[in-house]
Amino acid sequence: MLYAALIYTPDLDFSEPENASEWLPQYAAFRAEAEKHIAGGKALAPTATATVVRVLGARGGEVVVSDGPYAETKEALTGFYLLDCADLDEAVALAAKIPGAWHGAIEVRPVASFSQPQPE
Amino acid sequence: MEDPLAQTVRLEGARILATLIRTVGDLGIAEDAVQEATIAALRDWPASGVPESPRAWLTVVARRKALDLIRREGLRDRKEREATELFDQTAPEPTPEPSAAALPDDQLRLIFVCCHPTLAPEARVALALRTLCGLGVEEIAAALLTSEPAMAKRLTRTRQKIKQAGIRYRVPTAEELPARLAAVCGVVHGLYTAGHTRLTGDALIDVDLCAEALRLARLLRGLLPGEPQPEALLALLLLTEARRPARLGTDGEPVLLADQDRSRWDASAIDEGLRLLAGSLDRTGGQADPYQLQAAIAAQHAIARTAVETDWPEIVRLFDLLMSVQPGNTPAALGRAVAVAEAYGPAAGLAALDTLDARTPDEHDHRRLAIRAELLARTGRFADAAASMRRSLAVPLPEPDRAHRLRRIAAWELGGEKEGREGRRPAG
Repeated sequence: MLYAALIYTPDLDFSEPENASEWLPQYAAFRAEAEKHIAGGKALAPTATATVVRVLGARGGEVVVSDGPYAETKEALTGFYLLDCADLDEAVALAAKIPGAWHGAIEVRPVASFSQPQPE
Repeated sequence: MEDPLAQTVRLEGARILATLIRTVGDLGIAEDAVQEATIAALRDWPASGVPESPRAWLTVVARRKALDLIRREGLRDRKEREATELFDQTAPEPTPEPSAAALPDDQLRLIFVCCHPTLAPEARVALALRTLCGLGVEEIAAALLTSEPAMAKRLTRTRQKIKQAGIRYRVPTAEELPARLAAVCGVVHGLYTAGHTRLTGDALIDVDLCAEALRLARLLRGLLPGEPQPEALLALLLLTEARRPARLGTDGEPVLLADQDRSRWDASAIDEGLRLLAGSLDRTGGQADPYQLQAAIAAQHAIARTAVETDWPEIVRLFDLLMSVQPGNTPAALGRAVAVAEAYGPAAGLAALDTLDARTPDEHDHRRLAIRAELLARTGRFADAAASMRRSLAVPLPEPDRAHRLRRIAAWELGGEKEGREGRRPAG
């Protein structure tokens, strides 16, 4: 099964040297350890770079663009992995090894499956 | 009282559910199928007589219902073929009964799924009552003080999470077991506590959660006989349950531990509890877990032949150990304050309570105020006692408890008449 591991931590700019030296080696270690489960993933630039886009009404409606992340919260989405795991237990065990877990928290979400019957 | 036939049907139904889930691969369908089978049994058996093997009868009917449900829900493709194949494989004989060897594993798998740490605590309790105890949604809603639609929705969401988030039916590895077992024991203990301190005594549907919790504790201990934690949990529940016959007076009012008629305590439950506790302590070699400590406290009460013979200093010591492993356990802190008062006097007990005052008031606050009132009264501060007890009535309470507290207030206010001349202290 595929799981998204969404990394929520205090806003983080990995391009700053002290952040890079603190966190990048830890993420590299995680990548090395979890290599065979990692189906994708990226670190994100800080929330100051975020832009929110909305279309009013329906498709083709007015495009409204605003500065900032979707939600202003203490902890922000700072990165994600796509993890290929046998089950939720394995995904949770892996998530506990992502450095963001001790910097903030990891939300583990299964990737939606469309082959299943529609929910009741 | 649940009639014996209904209880047999319900418990056999819960037993075959564990195996049916493995066969059909879907918790919701298996639950519905077992429910339909039990309804059929309750309809047919009173007339036709109880079949020779109730379990085989229920299994056959539930499997047929499951297949019907799979068809009816229109899962016609791959899924139906798979299910049909599974049915054929696992049903070679005319009266297939889940093999006795597979049953414990199926039940363990189901227990560990229902009590999975990634499910919300309330969802675990509800699902355990549904699948492990075989209770209906309406009964669970009544027992857990919520509405039937809300409970149905919660159960549906929980089943969806199990299925879509990929919680697998498997017994945890040896490495995972301690944490997972703690979650399971927490569900069973929570169930017992909910039954023991339920908020309303006048529910229309009376489900004995304590009996269900004891049944689950026994099941768990039987399935994992080498584990000290389920053994200690069962000991704790037995030692607490043993006092139940003496806990309420003739008109349903609570009777304080010191005033209980100890000859009404269940001696065989106490014996079994003490034996299990000793066995559990042997296995852990003296490093006590919270259930062992709570059972040891209950055991101290159980072995005291009269209230005055209670070894309160030993109980204080056990509470200190419990607080050292569970610093946030407020009920334990309250129990400790009571024990301190018994061992070293009400002033010492009040001092122990005062260390709790700094914490944010929580759902146990009414008990803290009630205990404080009793201890104040013992030091002769009747007006303060009455004021504290009054404040404890601010939350909904079972009617007998409320009546008991009101009687205490009335008694203290009479006692306080005399005290009034000596100068009443401000309330609070």
